[in-house]
Amino acid sequence: MSAATTVGPARVSTWTRARGNPAIIAGSIICLILVIMALFAPWIAPYDPNKQMLGPQLADPSRAHWLGLDSFGRDVFSRIIWGARISLWVGVVATVMAMIAGSAIGIVAGYFGGAIDRVISGVTDILLSFPQLVMGLLLVAVLGASIGNIILAIAITAVPAFIRLARGSTLAMRERDFIDAGRALGFSDMRIMFAHVAPNILDEIIVMGSLWLATAIRTESTLAFIGLGVPPPTATWGGIIREGFEYLNDNYLLAVFPSLAILITMIGLNLIGDGLRDATDPRAPQ
Amino acid sequence: MSAASPALSVDTLTTEIRSRGTWYQAVRAVSFQVHARETVALVGESGCGKSLTALSIMGLLPLGVGRIAGGAIALDGEAVSGRSDAQMEKIRGNRIGMVFQEPMTSLNPVLSVGFQIAEPLIYHRGLSRRAAEARAIELMHLVRIPSAAERVGAYPHQFSGGMRQRVMIALALACAPKVLIADEPTTALDVTIQAQVLALIAGLQKSADLAVLLITHNLGVVASVADRVLVMYGGDVVESAAVRDLFARPTHPYTSALLAAMPRADRSSAVIAPIPGQVPTLADMPAGCRFQSRCPLREERCAQRPSLTAIDAAGTHQVRCWVRGGASS
Repeated sequence: MSAATTVGPARVSTWTRARGNPAIIAGSIICLILVIMALFAPWIAPYDPNKQMLGPQLADPSRAHWLGLDSFGRDVFSRIIWGARISLWVGVVATVMAMIAGSAIGIVAGYFGGAIDRVISGVTDILLSFPQLVMGLLLVAVLGASIGNIILAIAITAVPAFIRLARGSTLAMRERDFIDAGRALGFSDMRIMFAHVAPNILDEIIVMGSLWLATAIRTESTLAFIGLGVPPPTATWGGIIREGFEYLNDNYLLAVFPSLAILITMIGLNLIGDGLRDATDPRAPQ
Repeated sequence: MSAASPALSVDTLTTEIRSRGTWYQAVRAVSFQVHARETVALVGESGCGKSLTALSIMGLLPLGVGRIAGGAIALDGEAVSGRSDAQMEKIRGNRIGMVFQEPMTSLNPVLSVGFQIAEPLIYHRGLSRRAAEARAIELMHLVRIPSAAERVGAYPHQFSGGMRQRVMIALALACAPKVLIADEPTTALDVTIQAQVLALIAGLQKSADLAVLLITHNLGVVASVADRVLVMYGGDVVESAAVRDLFARPTHPYTSALLAAMPRADRSSAVIAPIPGQVPTLADMPAGCRFQSRCPLREERCAQRPSLTAIDAAGTHQVRCWVRGGASS
């Protein structure tokens, strides 16, 4: 590219800016460690998460059991590593499902407007008025506590937020000249919505997705804590906290370690989400 | 479909737009034909109906706000008005290309220029992505974008306004349509770039036998590229003539006023005479001649609508005016 380069807003530099952002780097390192933990749990975890050891119940951390044993004599460190699998899997699948479904519905509402938009926006507003946890609780209670139903329930609670985001962005996009140009080239509404509008609002949806991933993981843990999570004996972070909660007077560490795991995950995901948001925000200082 | 059929023919097209629940005629019985290698210009102020005429041809009137109330549109002798939206999608971009006013915003900022030129070929012509992108490079050469092969993957923000308008032309012509509608194609460009873009369109027109419908308010552009001119006011064609005749013998008071209001190098700017008043809104349009409220020659009979009447022997110079046109009734 010789003459006439780089005028106008530098859209492609979003990822360049994101790469150098310290928050994103820190968040990515945390999340990468979590993902490796989850993927390679069978090799990383020192013990079978469900095996009952011969040591004392609720043992304090020791060299053999870094984070101690739970009330059944199971190794807490191994259970937390296996718990990462459930939390990340549920969080990622639910968020991706919500992102795809919510964005598609939101783009349709924003693009067509009129009666379609009024119906979709009305339903979205109703769904948004429920607290997320109450909604998740209701759905899991109705559907039954299995991993598939928990994913579905969390995805449904997250969908309205993506609908609203995609609708708003599409409304702004619809007034742009290149949409009219696409119509003048004979492209169908489907093509304009999903080949032209969608790539333009992808940035915002991904940023929102990274922030909602944290919420989804937190919701999964909360559901597990109140006993509506993936049923025992499967190790989940919320489930371990719940057990630890019952023995808080005997050994409070049992509740503290999985809570820390959740805390670190939240910090990692929010660092990435906030960093991405700053990197995509044209008003943010360069 | 005979060889004599004009590439684009518009016959008594009437388009209505809705304002506060009432439908108003914004284009009134407009007729014209554009033949291959010919450029017809639609000229007039904002709101005179020239862009609505283009949108009517494209089938792009906003739903519920604009509608075609009468008349017929034909491409190469084949009627296209009244077709469904799905049928029109096969015509737009494929048999009619359109170039817009704003090259800076008419391209999708997140898709590469090469892909955007290739897209209509993939979509309308079923070309493979590879073949379409190879053709995109050829088209970029055709519209004289330097080092096309290197820039095919570049994004719109890496192009200047003039280059983007070339990209828009390449896009409009990707499927080799026979009709090109250019809606104010040079308004947003620098004067030197305007001349280049107009020359480019004229060159492509000759090599591809294009019929060009040029929509503009710039009489200088009209003088340099158009063959025929239709002057529109308030949705009416008020004067229709070969470009030479129009500039030599502007007959309708509105045409004369437009020419008098045009800055020219060969006369002092003090002589520029703006047209008094404003274009009435559609709701306030006078009955009869629509220009009467601003016309210096207004008479009693202007309350009746004059018809478009030939004022020369060949019948090619037509005027809609009681006073100047000598129309009987």
